[in-house]
Amino acid sequence: MTPLRASIAGAIASIILILVVVELVRGRRLKERYALLWLATGVVLLILSVWREGLNTLAGWFGVTGYPPAVLFAVAILFIFLVLLHYSTVVSRLTDENVDLAQRIALLEEKLSRAPPPVD
Amino acid sequence: MSFIAVVPAWNEEGAIGRVVDEIRAYDVAATVVVVDDASTDRTADIAEAHGAKVLRLPFNVGIGGAVQTGFRYARDEGFEVAARLDGDGQHDASELDKLLEPVLAGTADLVIGSRFVDPGGGYRPPFARRTGIRLFARLVSVLGGQKVTDTTSGFVALSRSGIELFAVEYPHDYPEVEATLVALRSGLRLAQVQVEMRERQAGTSSITFVRSLYYIVKVMLALLVASLRRYPRLQAARR
Repeated sequence: MTPLRASIAGAIASIILILVVVELVRGRRLKERYALLWLATGVVLLILSVWREGLNTLAGWFGVTGYPPAVLFAVAILFIFLVLLHYSTVVSRLTDENVDLAQRIALLEEKLSRAPPPVD
Repeated sequence: MSFIAVVPAWNEEGAIGRVVDEIRAYDVAATVVVVDDASTDRTADIAEAHGAKVLRLPFNVGIGGAVQTGFRYARDEGFEVAARLDGDGQHDASELDKLLEPVLAGTADLVIGSRFVDPGGGYRPPFARRTGIRLFARLVSVLGGQKVTDTTSGFVALSRSGIELFAVEYPHDYPEVEATLVALRSGLRLAQVQVEMRERQAGTSSITFVRSLYYIVKVMLALLVASLRRYPRLQAARR
């Protein structure tokens, strides 16, 4: 059985995560698009912390008999992987877009240097 | 046919002037485009002084991104034949005749200036490098379904179809090997001609041990991915 204190700590941590994410979005320092995975992380961890029966059942499915909160860690790590992987795809896309922009700038500047001076 | 020479350069102020001069000596009418990959030296100014058009990238994008800028220029300006020569002077512009011949004859879309067409060719790189070059050549030959002798050569010529492909599809770092496979899978006709390459004229090579490890791993992954992707068949589009 999950120790009560572990559940309380888990719940508090999840709530803090959710509040921080919401605050960041509210202050426009985090885009909704990138907040969604974090919010999902917070909500899932909160549910598993509060719903102690559920965590035990889940632990049973995965054969974690000694210490059910280990499943909480596993789920948290899984979500962190998801967030990181998502960010890697975002960075890749930004890299491509960045190079494309750099190339366009080089091409446009060359075109501009050839153009006749503007007539007022 | 309108011919453009694309010359990527990063901090090559010691060599770039001569490279431009040699291309213009080969063909006075040639448009020479030097793509300056955000050099911190006088590469761009020197190239311009020697009569090249200069495309100045606002920050360093890597050799592939730089070369592609030149191909985009060639595509946008309607050039029909392009060649790529490196800005360090290792490619001999007097060999452009040989390199362009299959494109001008309409028999090839991508001509690779290869160091290994001719088994008795003069170039014999050190063991590690030779092994790498051979491995990539084998892989591309198997995955692309055609024997390729040198996939790491940056001395290439392109037809209009080749220009159009590479303006859109070109890897951003260590591009040559993957680009060769992409060309084959897109249905470009490949030709290979024997060329000699010179020692670099000035500056230092960008290949170090850690980078060559990254190079090998990156290229292997890129080849794997490229053979899983679908590419539009260009041959079919051409009449």
